[in-house]
Amino acid sequence: MKTTAKLLLTSYLLAALALFSGCNASAAQDAAAASAEPTDRASRIERGRYLVHAGLCIDCHTPFAMGPNGPAPDMTRLLSGHPADLQMPPPPELPPGPWLVLMGATNTAFAGPWGVTFSANLTSDPDTGLGRWTEQMFVDTIRTGRHMGKGRPILPPMPYPLVANYTDEDLGAMFEYLQTVPPISNRVPDPIVAQ
Amino acid sequence: MANATFIPASSMGMTLVSIALAAPLLGLGAALVLRSDAEEVQAIDTLPEHAPDDLRDTGLYADWTGKRVADDVLVYSPQYPLWTDGARKARWIRLPPGTAIDASDPDAWEFPAGTQLWKEFAFEGRRVETRYMQRRADGSWLYATYVWSADESTARLSATTGGVAVGVDVELGGGRRHAIPSSADCRACHDDVAPVLGFSALQLSSDRDPDAPHAEPLPTGAIDLRGLLSVGLVRDWPAGIDLAPRIAARTPVERAARGYLHGNCGGCHRDDGPIAALDMDLAWSVADASDDDAPIVATSVGRPSRAPLPSGREGAPLRIVAGDPDHSVLLGRMRSRAPIHQMPPLGTSVVDDDAVALIARWIDELDERPSAPRKRTNR
Repeated sequence: MKTTAKLLLTSYLLAALALFSGCNASAAQDAAAASAEPTDRASRIERGRYLVHAGLCIDCHTPFAMGPNGPAPDMTRLLSGHPADLQMPPPPELPPGPWLVLMGATNTAFAGPWGVTFSANLTSDPDTGLGRWTEQMFVDTIRTGRHMGKGRPILPPMPYPLVANYTDEDLGAMFEYLQTVPPISNRVPDPIVAQ
Repeated sequence: MANATFIPASSMGMTLVSIALAAPLLGLGAALVLRSDAEEVQAIDTLPEHAPDDLRDTGLYADWTGKRVADDVLVYSPQYPLWTDGARKARWIRLPPGTAIDASDPDAWEFPAGTQLWKEFAFEGRRVETRYMQRRADGSWLYATYVWSADESTARLSATTGGVAVGVDVELGGGRRHAIPSSADCRACHDDVAPVLGFSALQLSSDRDPDAPHAEPLPTGAIDLRGLLSVGLVRDWPAGIDLAPRIAARTPVERAARGYLHGNCGGCHRDDGPIAALDMDLAWSVADASDDDAPIVATSVGRPSRAPLPSGREGAPLRIVAGDPDHSVLLGRMRSRAPIHQMPPLGTSVVDDDAVALIARWIDELDERPSAPRKRTNR
């Protein structure tokens, strides 16, 4: 099962890269060109804020709530990941066919052939977010596709191969911005790996 | 929420992403899409620009056909080897002529530019892969893996991508497959702080631990620390430090257990690496003169674990519960090969039963230490 799961994950992540490459290659080039090598922390944070908000980080790492215009990220829970108090029932079993992936109403829980993923808390909370992380851990995570750059594989649908196209400076700026996001104590559940 | 008309465009994008990502899971034939992408990843990863395409061009062998290793290549064997699902390993190092390793920090040797290391993996008597690293002029290291053909006539550079665990699987029979690591996986273990693993003072000590799990008989001509010092290949060894380092321990079980954890876990779990913030130090240091002072006890025994027990038992998890192996997360993760739980997190798909038994015995012994935290009381 482990080897199979690994192969599936491998295929999945390769596909993620394939999907994103077309648009992302130019985006990464643009981003690199736009990177002005910030010389002070404030401009670096602003650069990171731009990247985090313009990219897809907000979408999956901030719980959605229903508003007047339909579901939208609840900015009072900015980047705090899947709400710990929202216990998801087992995902419904899909019938045979082309439907493969399920998404929770908060856009923070995803179920597919790999199992169930809950988006991480990226706030500066020291115990449940990235408060104790270092910039190197963050960059290594994106570069290796492993938790903290060394641990378990990051699971779908986190498109880390896309994010890995950013420069070290841009990734560092993103991390520096994330460290300024107000801490929200929210211990995201561990992922559930399909058996 | 389920009504697609309410889903913002960005989320629609993610939905499409999810569907597309899942395509290969069902064998829907994304190969044509992947090809151009792999080329892009290749461009990101500069490794192939520096490592030869063929193992024979790295200079390991003087005679490829006879597999005779070059005269200036030294063979070595760490006393606490890394577990790789029972693979038989062989290891070599070459230093550029006239250079030496700076051991002024005995825990962090400084290797000269051009240093080459090789590690060969064989299963069931057949060479499967040879991993290779070389220090560049700028101080960084290149990493490569060469995959042997079934008849061992060639060993070609493995495909490297920026993705996780993207490698070449080698069928070993019996349903087992050995995964070749990606270049990203190389860097997951060989970080900038401790790029070279297994070639260190403790690992090369002449005072070898007879109880080390999977201890290997010393290969003919293997170099050790004393030998390296005597020929000047290791210099600036600090005065007053034993030339045959040994883990101080109360019992042989403790010595072997700490050695195993040093060799298999301490590469990442140490006090000076990228994940030092975890405050979990399983590495041995020459500074660990007293077993009671060893950081492994202070940072593991009775300390809360952020990771749960893989067995899913209730209660606040602890890294090590003295006298209680079954409630020790460290051992639980060693016993697991579920991707999100297993330790080490890569490089192995088979539990090291001998090591699990050893660590369990050590955890049992810890209960007898007067200074060790006691068993949990909330069971």
